[in-house]
Amino acid sequence: MNNQPILEVKNLKVNFDVSSEGDMPWTKAKKLQAVNDISFSLSAGETLGVVGESGCGKSTLARAIVKMVPAEAGEVIWLGNDLLGLSHSETRPYRKQIQMIFQDPLASLNPRMNIGEIIAEPLRTHYPKTPEADVQARVIDVMNKVGLLDNLMNRYPHEFSGGQCQRIGIARALILKPKLIICDEPVSALDVSIQAQVVNLLMDLQEEMKLALIFIAHDLSVVKHISTKIMVLYLGNMVELAKSDDIYKSPSHPYTQALISAVPIPDPNVEKNKDLILIEGDLPSPINPPSGCVFRTRCQKAQEVCALEKPEFKGIAQDHSVACHFHD
Amino acid sequence: MIVANKGKIKTMAENLSESGPGRSLWKDARMRFIQNKAATISLFILLSIVLFSFIGPYFAVWSYEQIDWNAMGSAARVGMPSIESGHYFGTDDLGRDLYSRVIQGTQISLMVGVLGATVAVIVGTLYGATSGYLGGKTDQIMMRIVDILMSIPYMFVLILLLVVFGRSIGMLFIGIGLLSWLDMSRIVRGQTLNLKNKEFIEAARVTGVSDFKIITRHIVPNLLGIVAVYATLLVPGIILAESFISFLGLGVQEPSTSWGALIKEGAGTISYDTEWQLLFPLAFFVVSLFCFYFIGDGLRDALDPKER
Repeated sequence: MNNQPILEVKNLKVNFDVSSEGDMPWTKAKKLQAVNDISFSLSAGETLGVVGESGCGKSTLARAIVKMVPAEAGEVIWLGNDLLGLSHSETRPYRKQIQMIFQDPLASLNPRMNIGEIIAEPLRTHYPKTPEADVQARVIDVMNKVGLLDNLMNRYPHEFSGGQCQRIGIARALILKPKLIICDEPVSALDVSIQAQVVNLLMDLQEEMKLALIFIAHDLSVVKHISTKIMVLYLGNMVELAKSDDIYKSPSHPYTQALISAVPIPDPNVEKNKDLILIEGDLPSPINPPSGCVFRTRCQKAQEVCALEKPEFKGIAQDHSVACHFHD
Repeated sequence: MIVANKGKIKTMAENLSESGPGRSLWKDARMRFIQNKAATISLFILLSIVLFSFIGPYFAVWSYEQIDWNAMGSAARVGMPSIESGHYFGTDDLGRDLYSRVIQGTQISLMVGVLGATVAVIVGTLYGATSGYLGGKTDQIMMRIVDILMSIPYMFVLILLLVVFGRSIGMLFIGIGLLSWLDMSRIVRGQTLNLKNKEFIEAARVTGVSDFKIITRHIVPNLLGIVAVYATLLVPGIILAESFISFLGLGVQEPSTSWGALIKEGAGTISYDTEWQLLFPLAFFVVSLFCFYFIGDGLRDALDPKER
């Protein structure tokens, strides 16, 4: 496998301005740190799983990479070019190499267009001169690839089930033969058996097309199944990044440990006797994050130094980094 | 984990669906509309009225401005509706044939309504969609302009316009058209704001579809439902406004006429036993308005079934 990374994200930061009600027009808006100082790299054929609870910046990270939300600082290096520095029109050629799959399968398809038109849209946008027969052939080809019958081409999104809609979304993402697909919680809205089908489909396609994937989810068992690397986010900060197996075998950050202990085990005896690490309290406000370590307000190991000093995100083993003063 | 079996899925899908065109949302809507009896009947009646206003003149004995000197001044005795005299709907006080005049009034009133609504829909949709899609400061300024225009008492301005610049159909159009797009633009803007954050718009933007194509291909087709409904409800509103202006004596000019003007004349002579002068134009007016409202209702139910 080619180990040259195709995507490198360095110190990415995304802030949102939040103006509360009753603010005067001249009051300075508060900053909400949605994504704070995130770095990772991804090679072809690899999958990065991103996990974390709601509101921890998973989707914002994905949208910042494709420039749907403006980044405050940092770099997104795609095959040697920093995407964030490019203008709107300069970004366009790169758009065909990075595609996205969305959480709500039905909402991501235009209800007034039929399936053929929806799947062909990226092709027609980037190669407007493609002859109609070629477009049709490509659409049929990609529909077969994702396990859809090509005679469904003239049907409309509302005539399909959630799983089929997600396949249509995948077909649309594949038609330009991209190098990276960002999956923003692609299976959260589907039921479990369909989840398995879609995840397996993605893995098959990844192998076949040497795709890189960024797979966002909050279901750890799904992420474990598909990912080569896993990144755990908390309040917009990276807390742990390691190979999939390492993170399950030896989670080092207290937050990761708690997350993994919460994954249900499909064996009642084991499930009954396992130690569940409970996290107390709520997610702190990202407008006013805790000083020092962001997790300290809910951490069992928290000590004085945690409030004073932000833990450095440092490697503790090969391909295993963690941000904690007292990691295991 | 369940492994997706492609072959199995294929056969399952084959059992479920024959190839062929799918049901688009428009087809669905048409079916629901046809199932709505009141709306279908209304559409039929309205089409008959329109057809009548074009075919009717061929059966007329008198033109709409011709005066029957026999009936002039004695409409109550001579000018009653009769087939023999050729005055199917009777005459007015001046001896003019009411049948021809009602046809003429129908043409003018419907034209004012449809053209006025068309202008309002086009201007309102473009203005609202632009404002909503661009958002931010542009949106703020564009919507404040609408607010200011809306705060002007519109009937008052319309009357002033007609008094100052003289009575004419053109002036009436400008006056009505200028003000009736305001509601439209607000509705469209709201819908656009709603659509703008839908995932399929985001999907198009990630793919790199241009803003213009996003508006024309993704936003406008999804707005059409609401626009169509509002337009059918706007037509009777404009007809009513025109009738009100004509009733005040400021609308279309003699010898042309409209429903409002005819109703006004008919109402003025009601005490001289010439009730047909009121009843014929009034019947057309009321029936048409009912039809428009029923059709609008039917369209609304057909186009967004979730809202019921």
